[in-house]
Amino acid sequence: MAQVIGQAIDRIDGRAKVTGAAAYAADNRAERMAFGSIVTATIACGHVTSIDANAARRMPGVLLVMTHGNAPKQAPFQAKADDRHARPKPQLASDKVEYFGQPVALVVAETAETARAAASAIVVTYEKAEGAFVLESASGAAYNPGKGPTGAPSDSKLGDFDKAFADASVKIDAIYKTPYQAHAMMEPHASLASWQDGKLTVTSSLQLVESAHKSIADTLKLEPDKVEVISEYVGGGFGGKLPVFGDAILAALAARELNRPVRVALTRQQMFHVTTHRPASIQRVRLGAERDGTLSAIAHQSLAQSARADEFAEPIVFSTRSLYAAPNRMTSQRIAALDLPVADSMRAPGEAIGLLAVEQAMDELAVRLDMDPLELRLRNEPKEDPEKKVPFSTRALVPCLQEGARRFGWDKRQARPGQVRDGNWLLGMGVAAAIRGNFLREAEARVTMESERHAVVEMDMTDIGTGSYTVFAQIAAELLDLPVENIKVKLGHSSYPDTPGSGGSFGASSCGAALHDACTKLKAKLAKGEGAQGLSVTGSVKPGDDYKRYSQYAYGAHFAEVGIEQTTGEVRLRRMLGVFAAGRILNPKTAHSQLIGGMIWGLGSALHEDAVLDPRLGAFVTQDLVHYHVPVHADVPQVEAVLLDEFDAHANVLGSKGVGELGICGAGAAVANAVYNACGARVRDYPITLDKVLPALTRRQG
Amino acid sequence: MRAFTYERPADVASAMKAASQPGASFIAGGTNLLDLMKIDVEQPTHLVDISRLPLREVGETADGGLRIGALVSNTDLAADQRVRQRYPVLAMALLNGASGQLRNQATAAGNLLQRTRCPYFYDVAMPCNKRQPGSGCAALAGFNRMHAILGASQACIAVHPSDMAVAMAALRAEIEVQTPAGLSRKVPIAELHRLPGQNPERDTTLARGELITAILLPPPPAGRQTYRKVRDRASYAFALVSVAAIVDTADGKIRDARLALGGVAHKPWVPKEAERELVGAAADAGSYEAAARAATREARTYPHNEFKVPLTERLVARTLSDLATGG
Repeated sequence: MAQVIGQAIDRIDGRAKVTGAAAYAADNRAERMAFGSIVTATIACGHVTSIDANAARRMPGVLLVMTHGNAPKQAPFQAKADDRHARPKPQLASDKVEYFGQPVALVVAETAETARAAASAIVVTYEKAEGAFVLESASGAAYNPGKGPTGAPSDSKLGDFDKAFADASVKIDAIYKTPYQAHAMMEPHASLASWQDGKLTVTSSLQLVESAHKSIADTLKLEPDKVEVISEYVGGGFGGKLPVFGDAILAALAARELNRPVRVALTRQQMFHVTTHRPASIQRVRLGAERDGTLSAIAHQSLAQSARADEFAEPIVFSTRSLYAAPNRMTSQRIAALDLPVADSMRAPGEAIGLLAVEQAMDELAVRLDMDPLELRLRNEPKEDPEKKVPFSTRALVPCLQEGARRFGWDKRQARPGQVRDGNWLLGMGVAAAIRGNFLREAEARVTMESERHAVVEMDMTDIGTGSYTVFAQIAAELLDLPVENIKVKLGHSSYPDTPGSGGSFGASSCGAALHDACTKLKAKLAKGEGAQGLSVTGSVKPGDDYKRYSQYAYGAHFAEVGIEQTTGEVRLRRMLGVFAAGRILNPKTAHSQLIGGMIWGLGSALHEDAVLDPRLGAFVTQDLVHYHVPVHADVPQVEAVLLDEFDAHANVLGSKGVGELGICGAGAAVANAVYNACGARVRDYPITLDKVLPALTRRQG
Repeated sequence: MRAFTYERPADVASAMKAASQPGASFIAGGTNLLDLMKIDVEQPTHLVDISRLPLREVGETADGGLRIGALVSNTDLAADQRVRQRYPVLAMALLNGASGQLRNQATAAGNLLQRTRCPYFYDVAMPCNKRQPGSGCAALAGFNRMHAILGASQACIAVHPSDMAVAMAALRAEIEVQTPAGLSRKVPIAELHRLPGQNPERDTTLARGELITAILLPPPPAGRQTYRKVRDRASYAFALVSVAAIVDTADGKIRDARLALGGVAHKPWVPKEAERELVGAAADAGSYEAAARAATREARTYPHNEFKVPLTERLVARTLSDLATGG
């Protein structure tokens, strides 16, 4: 059997994507297709008192104006559900406005331009109500959500933190703040809905086809077999396409009203309010240590925004429970309900911003101890999971730190800030750990022999740009002993076998394990002499006990070097290295892309990203990619990801772990720590913009 | 976006005529106007596409300067050998603006006439006196980190976003304007853009239907030139503060100095007092710092942009010092 899994092959869908042949949601066309444009609320809290659509209705080409006054009745919203992304998402259900940018009307017209013009001509009047918009002033209203999105309890305690912290020789007690962030994926949300013989087909841009299928069917009160959901190509998801939004539901409702296909696409500006975001957070980290750097006490407490309209408990503190050894610990997760758009998962929910705090606090402790921050981490390496008290399935944080240090030239780092200069730039280095929970979800996969030498793989899994198509082709090719080009991978149709979809870095392992099972069973049948032609087998996977008996995480270490322009405080990355261990790597090329993508996002979290809230309006004022900054090419001169060999026998049959979120975890903290090392500016309020660095430079220069 | 009609005249006279109808707007590169139309901030009912008019040449003038056609692309202008050699401050400013794709499409005159990037101007749901006179300025007590510290009013604290215009202000360019009556007039760049006062809806002193046909650069000034832009990321970001500086020194003294600042006002800001302090002063750190302080003497800040004052001062002093020492 030729080894195909683990080979760095090119994406099998790459050519279709770069030539434009791959149809993304809004690229799809249908005969007699009409175009919808969403009108969004311009208040954050209150009621719609009237909607004057007369001018819009009179425009030639306008087919339909839908408001809460005439929207078809849909299933009610459910505040709580096992799968938050499978809940009904009724649109235009009442006159109530729960957040700025909430859809309040839909215009459908013969052309996209007419629809947009008519949407602009609709006059909505409101009765405003008082809303709460500011996280800093909401701490009184903070509450314990009980558990996070993966079911872990909000609070944890071990030993006596208060006493151990009081007795500690060296302490850090600091508050860190992270801002609202937008997913800002390349492809805005869009859906095309059409009805035929009472059956609805929605082609959309989604991460979770199975959840979306249930959400759409339930919202419209349809039997599951009367709905087909298709999402073959997705131009970035990052958690922002886990839920179903108004584009899909409104397209479906309008298509039924008009008896013709309707496409609804969000504008880039609408993305910032209609869809979800990463909530802002305020985090307190306390570390207590002996003089030799041994941690005696760790506390991590978080407060994050949650929408009053739809609770979401950002799991900020959870990985802190497994990261470092210390006998006395406490973590707590609190959220505050604000009258803002809905917060939900964004790439590495929890770790992405939790590590911005914890891993900067570790750096602060190292400074206080006058110790190399890498050495501090080595000294607090736990032998087992410090809170669950179970073994780690694998844990390669130490090898990642050591290999990274060697490759990066960490020994050249100067301990004190301001020692290294390049012309007018002060240079500094930073390190941070990466940790990200590994999950396996229930999945099914079908493999069918089209001929002796050709197989088709089918799953309702999505490829959101990660390389799913490619790694599944590799798995099937290796197990069936066929060339990769003889495997056709079909994803993203709700009629295919159920999978958890793309999210939480569980997609490749869960679906890959199910596919492994299908291929193994198929091979057994072939071995028994069953004819290949048309032979079809469905395989599956379910998480077993190993997820309780072992602490399962992927790990890494980030190293960053930054320059600070000493006149202006401009912060620019010089180079960045991540060393990771995430089980068996299914395809080093696509894994590498995911990891450096995550690292660049971490850079953005540290220096750029900030969805600025206007607290008077309850609205984000950064509504496009001019105002909402992500790193551009010039910000990323050199970024490298290295993968250590690993096989996690407790993770799944493939030995693999997720890599989609690992790269962002801790990356921003390494940058923040490098900023301190360069110039002595300790910025705990992200992003680290030059105005926050300037005071330290002014002080330095007297 | 509202419905509009479109025409593409072949010569300046027909363009002027076409633009005389109510609701008409010129369009060239469209890199700003089309965005604004899509989000309903601009609502022209008729677009007069001037992109095929014969205004794409960079030519030498009799006095030794350059005449830059209104439609010369930002890319071509930055690449022009004469600009690079004689007016490096202009080439540098151009290359610090936007992205490669936008510079290919954007024209010289369009760059001058681009609208502010104040986020409140870009959302029709929010008050903005520039977009809707009398509706109020949301930035005044809102998010104003990018906003003006000089020459603003209670009605508007937006800044002009151009880099190119800042270099042209330092170079004392003149704008050649065709009037609807068929006349040609010249406007010093300092008088092209307005301060907001009580009429922030008016960015410039151009009258309705007037067309910029060229930008005239005087002969290259003596001394060294540079453009330094400070921004939140390494590329594709508007200036927090920028400075165009031209300094001529001899025998340890400053013979001439020309400065213009970007990102601090509703127009490219020429700090006259700073220039006056520099001329004749010793070419040393003390003079540069004094000039930097003079440049911000009239500054007024808002809750999120206080940093712009020290930033401007440090940037001006440093840039002058680097220029004088050849850095």
